[in-house]
This record gives sequence, C-alpha cells and structure tokens, in this order.
Amino acid sequence: MLFTEVTLDLLVNFAQNGLIFLLTLLGAIPLGLVITFGSMSRFAPLKYITKTFVWIIRGTPLVLQLFVVMYVPGLVFNAPMSSRLTAVLIAFIINYAAYFSEIYRGGIESIPKGQYEAGQVLGMTKGQIFSRIVLFQVIKRTVPPMGNEIITLVKDTSLARVIAYSEIIMAAERYTAKGLIWPLFYTGVFFLVFVGALTLLFGYIERKLDYYKG
Amino acid sequence: MSDSILKVEGIEKSFGDVQVLKGISFTLEKGEVLALIGSSGSGKTTLLRCLNFLETPDKGTITVDGKLLIDGEEHKNMSDKEIRENRLNFGLVFQSFNLFPQYSVLKNVTLAPDLAVKEEIKHMKLTGAQAKQYKEKRYAENMANALMLLERVGLADKKDAYPCQLSGGQSQRVAIARALAMTPKILCFDEPTSALDPELTGEVLKVIRGLKSKDTTMVVVTHEMEFARSVADKVIYMSNGVIEEEGRPKDVFLHPQSPNLQAFLQKAKEK
Ligand SMILES: Nc1ncnc2c1ncn2[C@@H]1O[C@H](COP(=O)(O)OP(=O)(O)O)[C@@H](O)[C@H]1O
Ligand SMILES: [Mg+2]
Repeated sequence: MLFTEVTLDLLVNFAQNGLIFLLTLLGAIPLGLVITFGSMSRFAPLKYITKTFVWIIRGTPLVLQLFVVMYVPGLVFNAPMSSRLTAVLIAFIINYAAYFSEIYRGGIESIPKGQYEAGQVLGMTKGQIFSRIVLFQVIKRTVPPMGNEIITLVKDTSLARVIAYSEIIMAAERYTAKGLIWPLFYTGVFFLVFVGALTLLFGYIERKLDYYKG
Repeated sequence: MSDSILKVEGIEKSFGDVQVLKGISFTLEKGEVLALIGSSGSGKTTLLRCLNFLETPDKGTITVDGKLLIDGEEHKNMSDKEIRENRLNFGLVFQSFNLFPQYSVLKNVTLAPDLAVKEEIKHMKLTGAQAKQYKEKRYAENMANALMLLERVGLADKKDAYPCQLSGGQSQRVAIARALAMTPKILCFDEPTSALDPELTGEVLKVIRGLKSKDTTMVVVTHEMEFARSVADKVIYMSNGVIEEEGRPKDVFLHPQSPNLQAFLQKAKEK
C-alpha cells in the first residue's frame, strides 16, 4: 500500500528527470555542433574564444554552473531567473553541449585526410564531401562516446535538486525528513531501469552501424 | 601548338622554406603512359597532387588539350567551381586506396557520377517530374557504366561487398574503377602497389596494363621498374625536385646517364 504510493510519487517526480534529460539532449546535440565548428574555425579569435569557453565549462562543476545560472542574473543584473526549470536547462544544455562538441571534434578529426581528398579528386563539393562521406563516419565513431555521456546525463539530472528543482531525489528526501529512509535508496532502481534501457538502445544502434569496419 | 594532351611548364612548389619542386616541365601525348620514378622524397607525390589540384603550385602552368588549367601565379582567383571542373581532367588513384568504407563497392564507383548529375540538374534548373526523369536516366547510365568498369577490373562479383571485406589488391582495383567512372583525360597513380603485399601487386599492375589504349593517358608513380619498363612510353626520373633524366624506357633503363639514376636503378635491382 505504502510501497505503491511511494512508487507512484517517485515515478511522477522521475518524470521531471526525464524532462530535463530530453530537453537537454534536444538543445545540446545541435548546440554542440555549433561549438565544434567554432573550435575548429580557421578564424583564430573565434577558435580561441570557443576553446576557452569549452575549457571553463568542462573545468568547473555542473553544480556550480547551476548556481551561477540560477542566482547570478538576479544578484548582478537585477533580473532574477523566472523559472527553476529554465535555469536547469540553460546550465545543462551549455554543459553538455561543451562535452558533445569535444566528442564531435574528436570524431571529425579522426577521419583520415584521404577521405576528403578522395572526394575532392572525384569532383565533389565541400558540402557533398561532408554530408556524403564524412558525416556518417563521424556518427559511427561518436556513437559509443555519446552513449557514455548520455548515460551520465541521466544521473546528472538529479543535480537539479541543488537549486530546489523538484525531481526524484528531492521527492525521496521528503520521506526521509518524515523518518522514512528506504524511498531514498529505492530511487536507484528508477535510474538503473532508465540507464538499462538506454544501454540496450545504444547497443542496438552500434550493431546497426557495424555493417562495415573502419 | 602541338597536340600534346598534357603540357606541364616550370612547376615550382615550396612547403615553407623547403622547395620541393624546382621547375618541372614535360609533355605527354594522348594515349601515352608516363612512368615517374625517383627515390622517396624527390617530389613525385607533390607533382601528382599539383596536377590534381590538391596542392597549388607557386609557379608554372598546366595545360590539358590546349586549355590552360593552372597558372601558379593566378591560381588564387579560381572559384571552387572552376577548380572542380578543371581537376576533373585528371583522376588520381592513391597509394592507400581511400575507398569510402560505408558504401558498397558499386556505390563507391557510382557516388561521384551520381552527385555530378545532381549538380547538373541544379545547374540546368530542372524541377519536378522532369528532374526526376533525367536523374533516373542518368543514374541508370552511371550504374551500367560502373558495372562495366567493375567487370573490367575483374570485380563484378564483389559489387555488393564493403571495402572492409576486400583484400588490398581488390581495394585498389575498385579505386581504379572509381577514378575511371569520372572519365578523366589523364589518370594518375601514386605508387598504386606500395601498400600491397607483394603477391597482390601483380593483379593491380595487370589491371593498369590492361587500361593502356590509345584513349587512356596515364601518369604512374611507381617503384616497380619492370612494370615501368614494359608499360611506359616515357620515363621521367626525378631527383630533389628536378627532372634529372627523361626518355623512352629502353634508353632510360639501359643507358642511364646521370650517376644518381645509375645508383637508383642499381639499388632497385638489388631489392
Ligand atoms: N604538406 C607538406 N608539408 C611539408 N612538406 C611536405 C609536404 N608534402 C611533402 N613534403 C615534403 O616534400 C618532399 C617531397 O615529398 P613527396 O612529393 O611526397 O616525394 P615522393 O612522393 O617523391 O616521395 C619531402 O621532403 C616531403 O617531406
Ligand atoms: Mg610519394
């Protein structure tokens, strides 16, 4: 009886984790590509600004970034953050876009120069070389590291709790406050199931892309 | 003007302070096979890359069929489109094949011609059903041509295989078919057998030998002296960025003049 009630309550709150997860991916996957192009730009100032930005984002804790996005607008610009979810999403999307951009960059740089040159001598345009030759190979090479990051993201969604955005851990803590400790540990099951499903999904995608080597 | 299909004049190329090509000039007649020999680092690859617009010569001109394609000093004014059109006079077969791993053998051969059709359609401003019809017709031609080329390099039965399933010799033959599919006037090979196990070089050399005809002009960088001797109409020996000796194979191989070439041929024999 109590168990069902707690399960339902946690599940409803876990939907918030799922929401952060989904919206972060939707924002960070394309933003990461933009950052990649910046960090690979031949225009030196843009390249170094982008690289510094990525260094700052990857070099500081996500928790700290959440605090900055949540409180700095109010304290410094007198324009308080209107919603906690917005703050969470801004911090998560920027943070994950920085990580994704490095994965994309690694993938793009790992494609041998000969692939571009083979396209060039066959008269292909730059756009055709990227979309028809390079892109697919980059995707194949980046799926495993992206899988890792995305799994980390599932667990990181619980950090939203530090700026009091109600999600599953925060919901479980409300039971703890009333002297009921097991729901806190029980939250682990939700994460495990979600991550398990994602692991299967990425395994499936990797197998699909495995029809060729190299 | 002579009727030379290829005329290269005074090509110079430096990387930083190092001058790699120091004024290369030669001509080639239609249907001739030129063998480019020389020790490693003498600038053979750089010369082929200049012909294929992968490098920009600092100086000199390249003329094909009477049309000036590259003038080193004016190269910067060329648009991407011009470069693409001009470079299609040449084809290049790389030492390391550079097949597209995600595509089948057949698709490796048809991809570039099919994409060229797309560009053409854009250029002709065709739309709707007309564009579709034209595309289907040309794609079918490309496919038939690719199958014919794969037949010619002896790999018709591998058309659905992926590059990772091929031996080095087979990969290089696909690369040759892929280059031929763009019908270049001059086909260049950069050490096409150097990345192969010795027992596989024969099949690739045989294919190249089989391409020799009055319509196929080829420039082959090779360390296979016997092959160069028997297939080439003309041999150029490069050393330190200059052409040190050139002539008909029997002259160059039997009566080498320069001490460098004599030493080079001696070394090749000992291998
Ligand atoms: N992109 C490059 N940058 C700097 N040096 C290069 C580059 N490409 C070739 N070289 C140099 O040019 C010289 C000639 O190289 P290459 O044309 O590859 O000779 P070969 O094909 O005859 O062995 C070598 O010394 C090589 O190190
Ligand atoms: Mg070379």
